[in-house]
Amino acid sequence: MAELLQFAFSGLTVGAIYALVALGFTLIHNASDIINFAQGEFVMLGGMTTVFMATAGIPLPLAMLIAIVVTTGVGLALHRFAIEPARGASPVALIMITIGASVFLRGVAQIVFDKRFHSLPPLFGADPIQFGGAAILPQSLVVLAGAAVIVALLWLFVERTLLGKAVIATAANRLAARLIGVDTRRIVDFSFAVSAAIGAIAGILITPIALTSYDVGTLLALKGFAAAMLGGIGSPLGAVVGGLLIGMIEALCAGYVSSSYKDAAAFLIILVVLIAMPQGLFGRVKVERV
Amino acid sequence: MLSIENVTSAYGRIEVLHGVTLRVEPGEIVTLIGANGAGKTTLMHAISGVQPITGGAIRFNGEPIEKRPAHERVAFGISQVPEGRQVFAPLSVLDNLRLGAWSRRDTDMEPELARVCALFPMLDAILDMPAGALSGGQQQMLAIGRALMAKPRLLLLDEPSMGLAPNLVDQLLAVIRALRDDSLTILLVEQNARAALAIADRAYVLETGRVTLSGPAAEIQADRRVREAYLGI
Repeated sequence: MAELLQFAFSGLTVGAIYALVALGFTLIHNASDIINFAQGEFVMLGGMTTVFMATAGIPLPLAMLIAIVVTTGVGLALHRFAIEPARGASPVALIMITIGASVFLRGVAQIVFDKRFHSLPPLFGADPIQFGGAAILPQSLVVLAGAAVIVALLWLFVERTLLGKAVIATAANRLAARLIGVDTRRIVDFSFAVSAAIGAIAGILITPIALTSYDVGTLLALKGFAAAMLGGIGSPLGAVVGGLLIGMIEALCAGYVSSSYKDAAAFLIILVVLIAMPQGLFGRVKVERV
Repeated sequence: MLSIENVTSAYGRIEVLHGVTLRVEPGEIVTLIGANGAGKTTLMHAISGVQPITGGAIRFNGEPIEKRPAHERVAFGISQVPEGRQVFAPLSVLDNLRLGAWSRRDTDMEPELARVCALFPMLDAILDMPAGALSGGQQQMLAIGRALMAKPRLLLLDEPSMGLAPNLVDQLLAVIRALRDDSLTILLVEQNARAALAIADRAYVLETGRVTLSGPAAEIQADRRVREAYLGI
């Protein structure tokens, strides 16, 4: 029982990170139909920038803030200089651009930073908390709390602000959004910026537990993508549930089967979802009448 | 108010508007009738700026607007009720209406909201329902209400009667007439030529991307070719 609890906690922790990556996918996909495979690089940039700013002597909170701002800038630049000039190209072509951007960002990170693994000090120490026979890292709780706050803020934004409604409107019907005067290009700008910021925060939160290096983004993007597919692409709730589920399945697989098959679990899930239920768990149920 | 001169537009290499010229004067209801595929919706999209034009000029109150992006044209005072209603299905009726005022976010939208609810009492009762769950007629009223929230000076209506029950079509025509009497200028695209000609001041007939006939609505209604092709008489 204590063992199960232990696995569940580590699963939830990495699941929360997958959920944040999946939310990034969802935001950009809803606003623009693009699957942004550079999403993982946002996570990497958040962690790596913080590490290098902190090493340069900048106080940790400020380093984190700078990392979020820098990553947001990169997200905006990705849209403005790589996606936007190709406007009108097919979604597949745009997805290829994001894969190119992901390779490019990894290359630049290798040069600007380095090829080693780095860590950050945990926010509330490294002494595990004992709970029901399981040992929980305080940083795990920070990750879970951080993810919960981001999800809550996003929900408030969508439910309570007109800009949030405009994002939903753009996702639901781009033509109609343009006809009521929404500058949909700005909405896509905004979605890239927010996705990048969320990615950066995820990177900062997870680095004390999972370490970071220039190439952590690839696997995170694939796991996050699996989470978004499992939840039903386009559904923010699905992204969160999908992320937590994938994290749990991975942890249980690592604990009870073998940790070498851990990564395979996520990809097996993608295959099963694509074959058996392509709409995912929370895929859009149409309530439209024409 | 609106003048379109020699506008051409194409999808890829296929030109669908071959030099369309028309004008709409303030306070008029002008209708554009024509068969499916004549280019009516393309022209409406071109006026709103969501379909690029390959030549010609579009002027609004004398200003050339053909190079301005769609969202600026809404701010100038051109609102469109698109074909097929195109309401924001996951959002509530109220949110659809509030978003209609997006182009003038800084101003108070309450008076406009009250006006729209008075114009369409059926919407007032269902403000919290998701727009996707409304009937076709309700969605059409919502689409018009949403466009009115922008306080337009020119309203473009694309096939508003499509798929509506006959008594709803009558209601709709009454609303359009009331809007005109309230000093709104209207460009109405219709396949239901009989209904459109009944309320319009002037009319244009669009055939395969060209204006083939234009004049006062009564004259167009009396034209032998129009009677045969569009009125089935």
